[in-house]
Amino acid sequence: MRYMIAQSAKAASAALAEEPGNARVLAGGTDLLVQMKAGNLRVDLVVDIKKIPGIRSITAEAGGLRIGAAVAGSELGEHAGVCAMGPGVVEAARLIGSTQVQGRCTMVGNLCNGSPAGDSVPALVAAAAVVRVEGPEGSRDCPVLDIPAGPGRTTLKKGEIITSVFLPARPERSGDAYLRFIPRTEMDIAVASAAVNLTLDAGGTVTAARVALGAVAPKVVLVDAAARAIIGTKLDDAALAALAAACEAACTPIDDKRGTIAFRTSTAGVLARRAAQIAYARAGGSK
Amino acid sequence: MALDEAKRNFRYVGSRPNRPDGVDKVTGRAQYGADATAPGMLTAVILRSPHAHARIKSIDTSAAEAIPGVRAVITGADFMRSDDDFLRDVQENCMARDVALYDGHAVAAVAATTPAIAKAALRAIVVDYEVLPHVTDVDAAMQPGAPVVLAGRALENVPAGMSENVTHSCEFGHGDLTAGFAKADLVIERSFKTAATHQGYIEPHACLASATADGKADLWCCTQGHFFVRTLCSAMLGMEASQLRVTASEIGGGFGGKTTVFIEPVALALSRKSGRPVKLVMTRDEVFRATGPTISSSMDIKIGMTKDGRITAGEATLRYSGGAFPNATVDMGAQAGFAAYDLEAVRTHGWNVLTNRPKEAAYRAPGAPQAIYAVESVVDELCQKLGLDPLTVRLKNAARKGTLSSYGPTFNEIGLVATLEAAKAHPHYTAPLGPNQGRGLSCGFWFNFGGNTCVSLNINTDGTVGVTEGNPDIGGSRASISLMAAEELGIPYENIRTIVADTNSLGYNDVTDGSRVTFAVGLATIKAARDAINKMKSRAAQVWGIDADAVEWVDGAAVPAGANAGKFPPLTLADIAANSPQTGGPIAGHHEVNVDGAGVSFGVHLVDVEVDPETGFTKILRYTIFQDAGKAVHPDYVEGQMQGGAVQGIGWALNEEYIYGKDGRLQNPGFLDYRIPVASDLPSIETVILEIPNPGHPYGVRGVGETPIVPPLAALANAVSRAAGVRMTELPMSPPRILAALKG
Repeated sequence: MRYMIAQSAKAASAALAEEPGNARVLAGGTDLLVQMKAGNLRVDLVVDIKKIPGIRSITAEAGGLRIGAAVAGSELGEHAGVCAMGPGVVEAARLIGSTQVQGRCTMVGNLCNGSPAGDSVPALVAAAAVVRVEGPEGSRDCPVLDIPAGPGRTTLKKGEIITSVFLPARPERSGDAYLRFIPRTEMDIAVASAAVNLTLDAGGTVTAARVALGAVAPKVVLVDAAARAIIGTKLDDAALAALAAACEAACTPIDDKRGTIAFRTSTAGVLARRAAQIAYARAGGSK
Repeated sequence: MALDEAKRNFRYVGSRPNRPDGVDKVTGRAQYGADATAPGMLTAVILRSPHAHARIKSIDTSAAEAIPGVRAVITGADFMRSDDDFLRDVQENCMARDVALYDGHAVAAVAATTPAIAKAALRAIVVDYEVLPHVTDVDAAMQPGAPVVLAGRALENVPAGMSENVTHSCEFGHGDLTAGFAKADLVIERSFKTAATHQGYIEPHACLASATADGKADLWCCTQGHFFVRTLCSAMLGMEASQLRVTASEIGGGFGGKTTVFIEPVALALSRKSGRPVKLVMTRDEVFRATGPTISSSMDIKIGMTKDGRITAGEATLRYSGGAFPNATVDMGAQAGFAAYDLEAVRTHGWNVLTNRPKEAAYRAPGAPQAIYAVESVVDELCQKLGLDPLTVRLKNAARKGTLSSYGPTFNEIGLVATLEAAKAHPHYTAPLGPNQGRGLSCGFWFNFGGNTCVSLNINTDGTVGVTEGNPDIGGSRASISLMAAEELGIPYENIRTIVADTNSLGYNDVTDGSRVTFAVGLATIKAARDAINKMKSRAAQVWGIDADAVEWVDGAAVPAGANAGKFPPLTLADIAANSPQTGGPIAGHHEVNVDGAGVSFGVHLVDVEVDPETGFTKILRYTIFQDAGKAVHPDYVEGQMQGGAVQGIGWALNEEYIYGKDGRLQNPGFLDYRIPVASDLPSIETVILEIPNPGHPYGVRGVGETPIVPPLAALANAVSRAAGVRMTELPMSPPRILAALKG
């Protein structure tokens, strides 16, 4: 195995593109190193991207925020701008791993790991976040929603790396929230999860919404029908019930050691309903 | 040795000094199993079966042996085949011989100069398996047509026509069940299942073995009983006990799981073959797949009760499986199930069943939590249906001194009624509950054990004392033993250092199990101290020129007594020690004994939970433990045992389980999907220590380490069932299972 510190995104991309064997990107390493040590993954080349200029910074851009691919969970949690703009995104990212892991883990790593249960992914999708991809053919922007391809797989092509994730500007009276279900209270992996990002008018009526679910399908699901169920409402009980039903209808989970199909489906609806209420309150709505 | 009636005012026993191993442990200096090193040491790794059940047709190790840096490769053929069933089972569990019996069963091992070479060599070993049908569920394994795990192991007490997986049965009880059930106003019959759980000790098994060309060997390992390790390993390797010295490291948790061997014989065989020291450390994956979890169970319970809460009869049928080799854990479950009750008619039947799972090892009160969970669940349901207070009903039926127990003996002084009364008087029992909340309670019981014990106590010339004992300290026992030595000798705790010596330094000491150490090693320490005191009194008498019988030991000093009282100033322990070269040489006390009279232990747990009706999530709101400790020598560590047992039981009740796929492979061999509780899952657990002296110990001590894992299963099940409004009969009560029950 070889280890390379990339000094630029181009260099990282080139090294990954040229490697004939199994090449992996190292940012926080909280998934990669665990898999390598467990013997589940044998790697020929590790490309460390943490030294690429700007990859560990958070910068304002067009009213939104650009978050470098190597920004750790705990750094996000201490950044007032991100916390104000996307509390749901931050609370999702802060659920990855333990306190120790938070010092290393990144949202982009969480995304590229390809797990349907990645905590930050539904929150980023609900936030309409966009990643910047550097590859052999130059750079491109891509919605977070389009990165996962299935369990353990992404749509990134050979030689492509994500260098940052962009949280776009949001109107006033917007709020977001993320909830996951785990059998314990921390240090666990989502059995089902839901993120809701919504905007209200001055009267407290929902004017825009995005609802995303995790761990209930091969990849994150953006549930348009769930958003439609609450747009134009003040999140009354009927709207919440319709939201939950739409979420349940969008679930295509598996039965496995972490939960049953019935449990995941039902819980996704419950979590979406509860997350919508939190997001609504954060947007300034009251009932 | 009987209780000292006069001994009630303790000076050191009952205080809470720092434990002697504390600083090393919190600073990272303590030497655990994986910390031992030796010059020229090799690293060993083990190849494990990926199949639940497979015949090993051949193993080709030639390619592995050809890799530079590989110094030894062994398979099951490198061990002698014992005629003794018990020893052969332990050995074939360490390394399969002809058949791999479970996913993770060891089939070969490599020692090499680096970990990377050792791992590469494992990949170069070619095993030709013939995959066989498997069975992992206890009920399925009892069916006559089930795949047979091991043939020919059934004892005579198993009726003909049953599956060969049923290896033995047992029966306990007394009285007329039919007449008893006829007297009942309500009889409830329920079936229960519990999943296999792992002790979850944080330190994986680790050892360093060094065998030399002259036939001697040294072994350093993390274990609960290095004398037993010596017995097993020397027998497997054809060595005399004197040729193998075993030293126990500090231990990062055991809970019963480190009372046998898994890797130690393998490391010794590799060291003997390579001529080099060999270090072997398990990964967490290996710990889950190939060490000893507890049994899985399937149980039927039938209990009758009158309208006023008198239990008229109880019957239990227990089907336990401890994996691929025979064991007798079900006997302990069958004995413990109804132990808390004074019954006219009671009968328990136990069956042991083989499955393609790893060989069970002890786990805190082995066999008792499952049976008592089932019994206490039915008692709770009877109380619910008859509209009775569950604590009053337990008091009405409680076993007490003179009760003929459900397993045969008549109880002596026991603390069950006192713990129940303490629970009833505690504010927790009457605190209000909110919506979706429930309160559960359960009694718990464990036999406790004494056993073979050998202790030396050396009086140092500066007036300090060294205690040498042979039981690895898994719960603060060195502190407790020092406290008892201090009490007896009349010198400060700080002047005593207690160490755990190797197998060459003392006579045979039984394993640290059965909650025996504070009781039995404490008793032997008290006796050894009295032996040393007698010698010191003789030295004082010699100095004074009086008869030794005319000397008393008071507050750490010899004083002349009787007719000589006041004639000479007292000689302190330090005075006598300093002068010992002139009065006959070194002074030491010694005691060896096979201790009886451990004294059974009872506890009562009370828990409040809230169940989320939409997700089935259980939140533990409040937890209080009441337990009889006989005499709490070091109350911090008694409370620690009580809290720790409760936490492990909470994990068992709510989320922990061995999950097998259709292919018979373990699906959750890691702490991500084998869910032990994390700190944030738990409230602060309140403890109430009762002290009903055990007549079998000079200070009244009873073992406390095992009883506290017994009640949580039923306490949680009863609380959750009451909160959810539906009776839960299978563990773990994971959220999907609770939600499914709520939705009917």
